[in-house]
Amino acid sequence: MSIFIFEMKGNIKSILIWASAVPFFLFLYMAFFPSLAASPDSFNSIMEEFPAEVMALMGINPDLPMMTIMGYFSLTMSFVMIPVAIQASNYGFNILSVEERELTADFLLTKPISRRKIYVSKFSAAFLSLTITNAAIWIASLLAFALYKGNEDPEMFKVIVFLSSIALFQLFFLTVGMLISVMVKKVPSVISFSMALGFGMFIVSSLGKMLSSEFLDVLSPYNHFDPGFMLIDGTYDLIPTIISIIIITTSLFASYFLYLRRNIASL
Amino acid sequence: MNVIEFNNLTKYYGDVKGCKNVDFNVKEGEIFGFIGPNGAGKSTTIRTMLSLIYPTSGSVTIFGKDAIKDGPEIRKEIGYLPSEIFYYDKMKVIDLLKYSASFYDKDCDERIYELAEIMELDLERKIQDLSYGNKKKVGIVQGLLHSPKLLILDEPTSGLDPLMQQKFFHLISEENKKGVTVLFSSHILSEVQQLCNRVAIIKDGEIISIQDIKALKDDTYKKFTFKGENLNNGKFNIEGVTQLKESNDIVSFFFKGDVNSIVKIIKDLNLTDITVEEPTLEEIFMHYYE
Repeated sequence: MSIFIFEMKGNIKSILIWASAVPFFLFLYMAFFPSLAASPDSFNSIMEEFPAEVMALMGINPDLPMMTIMGYFSLTMSFVMIPVAIQASNYGFNILSVEERELTADFLLTKPISRRKIYVSKFSAAFLSLTITNAAIWIASLLAFALYKGNEDPEMFKVIVFLSSIALFQLFFLTVGMLISVMVKKVPSVISFSMALGFGMFIVSSLGKMLSSEFLDVLSPYNHFDPGFMLIDGTYDLIPTIISIIIITTSLFASYFLYLRRNIASL
Repeated sequence: MNVIEFNNLTKYYGDVKGCKNVDFNVKEGEIFGFIGPNGAGKSTTIRTMLSLIYPTSGSVTIFGKDAIKDGPEIRKEIGYLPSEIFYYDKMKVIDLLKYSASFYDKDCDERIYELAEIMELDLERKIQDLSYGNKKKVGIVQGLLHSPKLLILDEPTSGLDPLMQQKFFHLISEENKKGVTVLFSSHILSEVQQLCNRVAIIKDGEIISIQDIKALKDDTYKKFTFKGENLNNGKFNIEGVTQLKESNDIVSFFFKGDVNSIVKIIKDLNLTDITVEEPTLEEIFMHYYE
């Protein structure tokens, strides 16, 4: 049994939970759209009460009215991306640190296998696990559009463009998590690290929107693949996307070299 | 032929010394003892051999290949038993052993069952339900199942009851007869004496002596303590006695030599109690550890 299969087996429970809970939440949220669309006036009057900053915080863009299924989907996705980020960070912080935390390094790393192979196997298994969640989100989104679009004729290619960005979004959290996990001496608790990264980036992005700070915008992948932008323009926002790709590539290489050179301390 | 060659191996963790200028060889077919108190650098040295840690300077050569560069290749023929055993808790013993076997290009099934029977290990239990001693047995089977040419045992007997210890020693001797080289790290002298041909003594990260076990045995000190009356008379100040502590009613010292000379002295004394002890490792190597 290869490390890849071993890792996948270990992930099964986590895959099942994330790949069903996240799309379920998405779908449930979308299911409210028809009743909302049926009484736009009352909803609009509520929305007018909110100051612009709060609207921005919630990811509501004046160019993408909530009354359209596109606008509503954009709002939904800005929240759905949080658990997606947390799942990706979970794997990121876990895969390279688990052997040391659970003290199984003396088992795995003394086998006739290079750390390069271990790294590649673990990374591939984590990415495949995330892709399963990603695929489930695709299915849930497309299904929700088919069921709830009503009389609207949404531009589906824009939805597809946005959905295609989820993989990069996941990679960002996966690789940054991996890098941090090999830079620190020990990751005592994966969940606290991944909550901090997943939520932290969301807060950074919200602050960036509220304060219109370009610096904060550049920092957070929630902004790099902002559903508000992508669902209006139907394209990737070029500069932030390039920044994301640079961060992903750098994290990947740096974590690889640090993992290869890491001293696995005894107990 | 040398199976293991340490070439001035040095490892610092930041400013903290792990080991320094470790330089010795282990020959093919030897059972080589590696002895020193806790924290002396035994594990650091061993972990460098397995490329779990990287040397600051110097190198280790195993089977004529560099332990870091050719690590995966070398580890095909190494069986390692760590001092503390931790495995994937939720797995069953047999699944863990099969996972372990899957890393080697040979069929290990038969050997797994054979070893499990010798060590009286229940293969169907979950790792998390095992006692410390039973986990150790899993470790032993795991280290031997691929019939390695070099066995690295890091304090292997802790947690095993005396009966199991004897079985384990027997197993190691059997492997050794087949030509397997063994590096046996321990802080218990008696088990090293029982098994090893040669021994390296490590202190504060540096090898301070390499000795033949046979010579070491002839060298063995005994620790004598006598209680009685009027002992404070200098009678015990003979050749072979060291660390002599005398008072009126208690005398203690280390002695190396013909015990009859001690018997001759005490036969005229009025004693209330005698203890003759095997000195501890630290006491035996007193001159190294002072």
